[in-house]
Amino acid sequence: MTSPGRREIVLVAGLALLLAAPGIAEALGEPFLTSLFTRIVIYALAAASLDLILGYGGLVSFGHGAFFGLGGYVVGILAFHGAEGTAIPFLPGEWAGTTLAVVAWPAAIAAAALFALVIGALSLRTSGIYFIMITLAFAQMLYFFFVSLTLYGGDDGLNLWERSRIPGLDLYDDTTFYYVSLAALLAFLYLAWRIVNARFGMVMRGCKQNERRMRALGFPTYRYRLAAFVLAGAGAGLAGALIANHTEFVGPGLLHWTRSGEIMVMVILGGMGTLAGPVFGAAAYLLAEEFLSRYTEHWLLFLGLFLIFVVLFAKRGIYGWLAGPGARDG
Amino acid sequence: MLLFLEQTLNGLQLGVMLFLMAAGLTLVFGIMNMINLAHGSFYMIGAFAAVAATRASGSFALGVVAAVAAAGLVGLATESLVLRGLYRREHLDQVLATFGLILVFNELVSIVWGPQAMFLEIPAALSGTVEILPGAPYPAYRLAIIGAGLAVALFLWALIARTRIGMRIRAGASNREMIGALGVDIGRLYTLVFGLGAMLAGLAGALAGPLLAIEVGMGENILILAFVVIIIGGLGSVRGALIGALLVGLVDTYGRAYLPSGLRAFVDPAVADNMGASLAAMAIYLLMAMVLIWRPRGLFPAHE
Repeated sequence: MTSPGRREIVLVAGLALLLAAPGIAEALGEPFLTSLFTRIVIYALAAASLDLILGYGGLVSFGHGAFFGLGGYVVGILAFHGAEGTAIPFLPGEWAGTTLAVVAWPAAIAAAALFALVIGALSLRTSGIYFIMITLAFAQMLYFFFVSLTLYGGDDGLNLWERSRIPGLDLYDDTTFYYVSLAALLAFLYLAWRIVNARFGMVMRGCKQNERRMRALGFPTYRYRLAAFVLAGAGAGLAGALIANHTEFVGPGLLHWTRSGEIMVMVILGGMGTLAGPVFGAAAYLLAEEFLSRYTEHWLLFLGLFLIFVVLFAKRGIYGWLAGPGARDG
Repeated sequence: MLLFLEQTLNGLQLGVMLFLMAAGLTLVFGIMNMINLAHGSFYMIGAFAAVAATRASGSFALGVVAAVAAAGLVGLATESLVLRGLYRREHLDQVLATFGLILVFNELVSIVWGPQAMFLEIPAALSGTVEILPGAPYPAYRLAIIGAGLAVALFLWALIARTRIGMRIRAGASNREMIGALGVDIGRLYTLVFGLGAMLAGLAGALAGPLLAIEVGMGENILILAFVVIIIGGLGSVRGALIGALLVGLVDTYGRAYLPSGLRAFVDPAVADNMGASLAAMAIYLLMAMVLIWRPRGLFPAHE
């Protein structure tokens, strides 16, 4: 048995590190690290949203990149029309674009949630291998949709004319932007923590273990799963809105299927079915990418081998390994 | 009318290529209950082996043989080193491990052959055109692909419906435990089926070589199309894979050929071209969605 409190120590240390990250970057004299940490926080949000359905619901959704990219594109398209002063096509009425975060970010979340509702309603009619392949295929559909949208750059993507604006905050300041992203991550984790510990989360976990039994108990499992799927899509949409602002660029690469794979790998590396796990996973993945790719352009070879090894021999993930057997549910 | 005929043949050619990929995937799923994302890697390895062997020997036929052999060998090695440990694991593990395999294969191929795309000439004997109707020439090579694909379909049908091995494959697809209990060496059957699927993917890669750029990652797009095919056709069913593949090939080709011009009748040309291209890119996925609403387990599911 581990000593009591090991989990708490890991969690508090992780949170302290996240809160202090820009200061640490400053102290090390490497301010680019703040940008790397921002990426980590944003991908952690995407991974945490996937974990909500993957880890707690047992739904192996392989198209999470679609919601991520869609959120990004909504911000990009709104900024594009805001700068051009043109109305947004394919919406009824005359809607102007905007760079106001209070409009653009909820719009990104809503678009991702709506898309998740449609995809989820169709995909959840199936299960198992079908579900994996169908979510993958629908994500790829959205990918090709954006590739063929020449108005928004098609294959080349779309440069963001300016970052979103929050009155009173300067999002062009890397440290400010980092803390805004971190606030979004923590808010989502808090929401997820409330959800998984509520009756809703119990039903989700029940469905993961035995869906038929949950149905027999009288739970409308399809509706529960769909609600979770939409929530996960919304979270990834927010992450997409943030990454579009961070890189000041959106492109179809954001929703390519390898992106969905990456997000899933982050969840598994960190430890799925835990709230903190995806954060550790995103950090490990992006730090490995950053530092390994300095030594070899073939760093994905090592990631691939490592992934196979993890799946075959060590399934608990980094957080489970750090926090010991107590690392469950948060 | 001639254009329509040409597009139909293009659609059939794409469909046949998809069938070669989908047949292996669907058999591996049907018998081992295994999702293999690395199937596209065998396609890529086949294409690269075909280029290397064709350049070394000057014969495309030898290139095709090398592709099938290379993909088959890599497939067998993969099966015995990694995948064998995954058959009884949950699908998530299979997805992750085979995703890892894709990364490994992509990097290995780019280490061996470099990151630049390679191109392969159409073999001289098939480089001309054939007049399918008076005044309607069509590339002989594409016709040859259609012929080869249909021959493979016939071979698979004969193998599965008419031989002892085929009987075991069918039995394995309907009840895995039972044929193990009846004394069939199920490990060998798995290896055999997996190797066969990898060889078909390698063949598809070699045949696609002269038509596409041969580059790292080329297997991934066709892999996802093959997924769409077997979702539509029904997992585990070779017949479903054939019909699904031809359906997807035709819908995709017709969509790209006719949707932009068809829409011009309704909206102004610039919008029609843009919308048509987007709709055409999504057509097969919409087809998949419709099949799913109508039949959630595909058109010809092997497991009821």
